[in-house]
Amino acid sequence: MSDEQFIIEGTDFQKLLDALRQQGYTTVGPTVRDGAIVYDEIASVKDLPIGWTDEQDGGRYRLQKRNDQALFGYVVGPHSWKKFLHPPVLSLWKARKNGKSFEILPNRNDSPRYAFIGVRSCELHAIFIQDRVFTNGKFIDPHYQARRQKVFIVAVNCVQAGGTCFCVSMKTGPKATLGFDLALTEIIDGQKHYFVVEVGTEKGAEIIQRVPAKPAQPNDIQIAEERIARAAQQMGRHLDTTDIKNLLYRNLEHPRWDEVATRCLNCANCTMVCPTCFCTTVEDVTDLTGTEAERVRKWDSCFTMDFSYIHGGSVRASAKSRYRQWLTHKLASWIDQFGTSGCVGCGRCITWCPVAIDITEEVRAIRESEQVSKKGE
Amino acid sequence: MAVAVKPQTIEISADPMVPVPYRVLRVRRETPDTFTLELEALTSAFGHPSPVQTGEGSGVRAFAPGQFNMLYLFGVGEVPISISGDPAQPEVLVHTVRAVGAVTRAICALKRDEIVGVRGPFGSAWPVAEAVGNDIVIVAGGVGLAPLRPAIYHLLNHRHEYGRVALLYGARTPKDMLYKRELSEWRGRFDIQVEVTVDAARPDEWRGNVGVVTTLISRANFDPFHTTALVCGPEVMMRFTILELQKRELRDDQIYISMERNMKCAIGFCGHCQYGPNFVCKDGPVFRFDKVRELFGKREI
Repeated sequence: MSDEQFIIEGTDFQKLLDALRQQGYTTVGPTVRDGAIVYDEIASVKDLPIGWTDEQDGGRYRLQKRNDQALFGYVVGPHSWKKFLHPPVLSLWKARKNGKSFEILPNRNDSPRYAFIGVRSCELHAIFIQDRVFTNGKFIDPHYQARRQKVFIVAVNCVQAGGTCFCVSMKTGPKATLGFDLALTEIIDGQKHYFVVEVGTEKGAEIIQRVPAKPAQPNDIQIAEERIARAAQQMGRHLDTTDIKNLLYRNLEHPRWDEVATRCLNCANCTMVCPTCFCTTVEDVTDLTGTEAERVRKWDSCFTMDFSYIHGGSVRASAKSRYRQWLTHKLASWIDQFGTSGCVGCGRCITWCPVAIDITEEVRAIRESEQVSKKGE
Repeated sequence: MAVAVKPQTIEISADPMVPVPYRVLRVRRETPDTFTLELEALTSAFGHPSPVQTGEGSGVRAFAPGQFNMLYLFGVGEVPISISGDPAQPEVLVHTVRAVGAVTRAICALKRDEIVGVRGPFGSAWPVAEAVGNDIVIVAGGVGLAPLRPAIYHLLNHRHEYGRVALLYGARTPKDMLYKRELSEWRGRFDIQVEVTVDAARPDEWRGNVGVVTTLISRANFDPFHTTALVCGPEVMMRFTILELQKRELRDDQIYISMERNMKCAIGFCGHCQYGPNFVCKDGPVFRFDKVRELFGKREI
């Protein structure tokens, strides 16, 4: 790929959407609904959250009006792109009774070719992490693979950090560095509103040719870099990942788990908003005549009692053990399983926790307790 | 686009979540709530060329002792069940199922010629190749004998490759014992030591040992430096069995256990069977004990 970068004027953004739709992509991106910025199909630039930003803290999310007309002037909302690549509800197959036997009619995987508009760097990393889960092992999830192969990714670099973000700690942002077709940096400077565009793939280069774009000047690129660097400095949270796997494995029995369990509602919100959480359950159902059956896969959460149920009872019966499973999987055993952390530092689990449990604070508490006990020796 | 559309048949065999129909050949009642099913591939439903072909994508698949299948009952659901037949005869799939939930109750009610969906085989195996030359001690509790039976068949089929073989089996009551006829056959052989105990029994129904299975371990004959132990049963039973084996100077890397966890997919995607860094479905169910020792002693992992 050439290192050449381009400028697209803010007023021409619709033409980027048009070019993608003309190429047969279903464009999905951020839009305002029910007081939050969610991801859904967008046809027009008017569907984007123009002039909105999100104010986030532990257990808190509010939309605020910006004093400009930014298209991507927010951070991340409750949705993540996993809802398109790893759908919350998916029919795996249907079966029909055929005399004494039955025949299976697999799902055809006729999902749309999605173009994701506005993928943040942390979210790109979340997609890479789910790639490892579903397409990098002994078994391949054909449903994920079919969707993933077709996707076109328009990344957006963050020029402001959210109140619960810690991507710098997880080395996943704020600048998108790989895995995108196009990466945009939105610049608003007085009356000027434009995007600095980096091209990541041939597919991206083809699209850019169909959009009014002019070569970026070194000055434009420098302004974009400065804004991204400013976001890195604004980071709302920090997580020390030094030897974090062994830190957590060493502390599977720690009073902090009891403490957090007194607050945790086991509501599963953190697992639903997490862009990497991948657990599912299956439901086998029949129609009323009993001749047609279906297997449906649904997102599941390690916070439910059913999740670990075996004959005789749930393995993780206590709230403490379920929170411990979630946090140690995300930050420790994930590394053993997939060679990467399961956390990208997007902060969703902190924002959307109804009681504001903060993953960075929980790890810090365990780490500091070790330092205190070492000093006490 | 440059990507060619693949034919449907490839899509079917490529999706590891799609079961293959098997016909019930025979159902045998083992105990009041436990049944053994013999199944045969019904490959015609998918147009596979030959029912005796083995390997990926065919109706009949070779399995290793200790592996399991996902059994699906039309419209009812799917459960992980260990394979309890002879690995030398993979054309007949044997599963011993205890009726404890909706799906297992329905499976136990199956009759000859009815159809069950099968996915598998999945998971790790008992180390029958690594154990060649060693003495073998097998400790089974309750239905834990079922996943061990393929290993027993293998040892007996290749008897000359191993040293002494001891099978120690504990059931709750004489009524709960699996494979009674085979147990007595094996007891009649001179090349395998079989010890059986029950937790409780009335004097008129049982004249054998009474007590938990760990009480049999002191009777097993083996050379602790050249022994492999295969253990399967409830976790508490495995915990105390390991303690007894350690007292007999077995190292943790000579002991293998088979774990049970909730499973929805058996291929490492659903996340339900996680056990620390392990997926019981693909890293297990059989684990060398030293690999999971740190987790095994902790509650609710």
